[in-house]
Amino acid sequence: MSSAAATWRGLGDRIRELPRPVVWAIGAAVLVLLILLPFAYQPASGFIDDCVTALAYVVMALGLNIVVGFAGLLDLGYVAFYAIGAYVIGWYGSGFFAAIAGGKGLHVWAESAGALPGIHFNFLIVLVVAAVYAALAGMIIGLPTLRLRGDYIAIVTLAFGEITRVFAINGADIHPFGKDYPLTLGRQGITPIDPIDLPFVKQFDPLNLRPWYWFALAMVLVVLFVNFRLRDSRLGRAWIALREDEVAAASMGVPLVKTKLKAYATGAAFGGMSGAFLASYLNTVNADQFEFSFSIFVLAMIILGGLGSIWGVVLGAVALSFINSRLIPDVLNGVPHKVGLNFDLTELSFGIFGFLLVIMMVLRPEGLLPERRRQIELTEGVGGDETLYEARA
Amino acid sequence: MEAASVPARTTRTASLDAARRLVSHYGLIAVLMILPVAYGIHDLRVDGDLSRLGENLKDGVSNGAIWALVAIGYTLVYGIIELINFAHGEVFMLGSFVSFSFWSALGLTLASKGAGLLFGLLLTLIVAMVACGGLNVMIERVAYRPLRNAPKLAPLITAVGFSFILQNVGLEWLGGSQRGVDDLIKAQNDLFTIGGVHITHADVLAVAVTVPLVALLAWFVTRTRLGKAMRATAQDPEAARLMGVNVDTTISLTFLIGGMMAGAAGLIYALYQTTIWFFQGFQAGLIAFTAAVMGGIGNIQGAVLGGLIIGCIQQISDNRIGGEWTPAIVFAYLVLIMVFKPQGLLGEETREAG
Repeated sequence: MSSAAATWRGLGDRIRELPRPVVWAIGAAVLVLLILLPFAYQPASGFIDDCVTALAYVVMALGLNIVVGFAGLLDLGYVAFYAIGAYVIGWYGSGFFAAIAGGKGLHVWAESAGALPGIHFNFLIVLVVAAVYAALAGMIIGLPTLRLRGDYIAIVTLAFGEITRVFAINGADIHPFGKDYPLTLGRQGITPIDPIDLPFVKQFDPLNLRPWYWFALAMVLVVLFVNFRLRDSRLGRAWIALREDEVAAASMGVPLVKTKLKAYATGAAFGGMSGAFLASYLNTVNADQFEFSFSIFVLAMIILGGLGSIWGVVLGAVALSFINSRLIPDVLNGVPHKVGLNFDLTELSFGIFGFLLVIMMVLRPEGLLPERRRQIELTEGVGGDETLYEARA
Repeated sequence: MEAASVPARTTRTASLDAARRLVSHYGLIAVLMILPVAYGIHDLRVDGDLSRLGENLKDGVSNGAIWALVAIGYTLVYGIIELINFAHGEVFMLGSFVSFSFWSALGLTLASKGAGLLFGLLLTLIVAMVACGGLNVMIERVAYRPLRNAPKLAPLITAVGFSFILQNVGLEWLGGSQRGVDDLIKAQNDLFTIGGVHITHADVLAVAVTVPLVALLAWFVTRTRLGKAMRATAQDPEAARLMGVNVDTTISLTFLIGGMMAGAAGLIYALYQTTIWFFQGFQAGLIAFTAAVMGGIGNIQGAVLGGLIIGCIQQISDNRIGGEWTPAIVFAYLVLIMVFKPQGLLGEETREAG
């Protein structure tokens, strides 16, 4: 272990050893700094733009962390929940269903939408609906995996992620509720999407990114709070028990089916919320956003940060999303298609991204800020069933 | 992960167990037969014969031969170190690129004929296999070996990282758009016709390369000392080490063989499809991995069978339902198999599935 890594670890331990009020004070100071951060930049600066995206990714990564990090269920199809969240706002927060109510539109607490056609729900409602839909989808996807373990779960979730993408692409030809109501708009994309419209606040403006930033920050704080509370709850302990040893957990009275489904549902709900937010922020819901590589991208965040470690995941998500937004500007818009268009230096960045992943993992496989439990396992050799196999080179 | 039995099983009644066994034995076969049987009946009623279905299945088998070769790489690697080698699809892609570049360097063109063409392509095959095998071994050295004792997901991320790197290599090599290559073997020309089914040059090529390679591999794994070492390592690395097997060499060998198969598949793909591009490996990787799982991961015959079946499903779906739905259909089959028979068609219960 290099000395730099040792310092990192020492820092983490030292923070843990500080008295609680000091920790709280540091936390509050950091939070105030984060809240004030946008004032240091132009309202529409690229940096704030990257920050908003990074915060939305943090929400997603924290959601996936519940499934993969806590419950140990390797999910390679997380992009499905991003898609579902995004399509929820596409359906319930845009002019997509223009034919509804005879072209007059359906509005629920959405004053700023005026008399526009289409369904326009208030963003908070959309957020809840997105979370519920995604959670339901999470449970449906989880059901076939209940009997499976490890990498087999990965394959099934991967398959569902790809199926979701195919439906998103071909959705324009599917009309479940009559010919005026297709499922999606495929690659053409549903646009524009309603900007966030909160009660008592002016509707969010695409040119002033500060409110978006604050909203995303608030979402991160809520999700962080939920994550910590869940981790330390009975359910969270059940997830971790499940991850460590399924058979032992079951014989100790952990209900496997319920516990697993709850993990899928909770993780998916966060993905859905973040998806709805991102769709509103990006102002489009395009089938090309839901590539398999996005699932891998989010997974890379949590593994890089340290599986199961909440702060690690936050760090990993912020780090990767900045690497990504600085190095690979177009990853969201469909890596292959955009990258494939012409030659310039940004094309190399995709390889650089891969290179960084390899280097970081080889140097620090347990992640940047590993979960304490795992760190102890790895350094002291307690409970070693997470390794590929024990035989050492 | 040693204890494989699911505790819930003890509470099930005997009759449910019997029903499950029935479904797990025959349900999968029934599910697999749905598409061909349905379209067979459809063809008999509409066309009066089965030539269209035969054509689909023939295309399926020759395409499936390519997937089978790629799937072998997945299944070998998974069998031995339980890693989904995400970079494998990219190795296959580079196999196509190496083949194309090499035969261009050799001066093979549309005008090449006869012995010269045959010799040139054989040489290309060897070069592609050696290059891809070497590449795969290198990937294992750099990206997976340092992580043997790391958390299980860490090598997965390096695999993804390498797949990005290799995609980028492909992108810089031949550019971002689909690249048409010389149709050296006049792939779509008929060689002969059986019962209304046209057998093209490409079909013959795919089968003629795949069958000897698979046979050779089967011989190698079951009959030689090194093959025995591979099987032993797959079963229990530690016990194999105790018995004097050099586990590191064996793992390298596994990657070498997997890469060689991918290289051969890359050449066939380039000659068969006559277009190659840097992103072909991604889809191929997913399909081939599905094939490996379908056949029973870790099982070579299973990978071949899975590849052929996936090829047929793909062709039927492309031809009848529409190519844009093919991935969804292939993956729907994958999910069904995972539900009914997680160990795959020919696989045994492993540490993971049970």
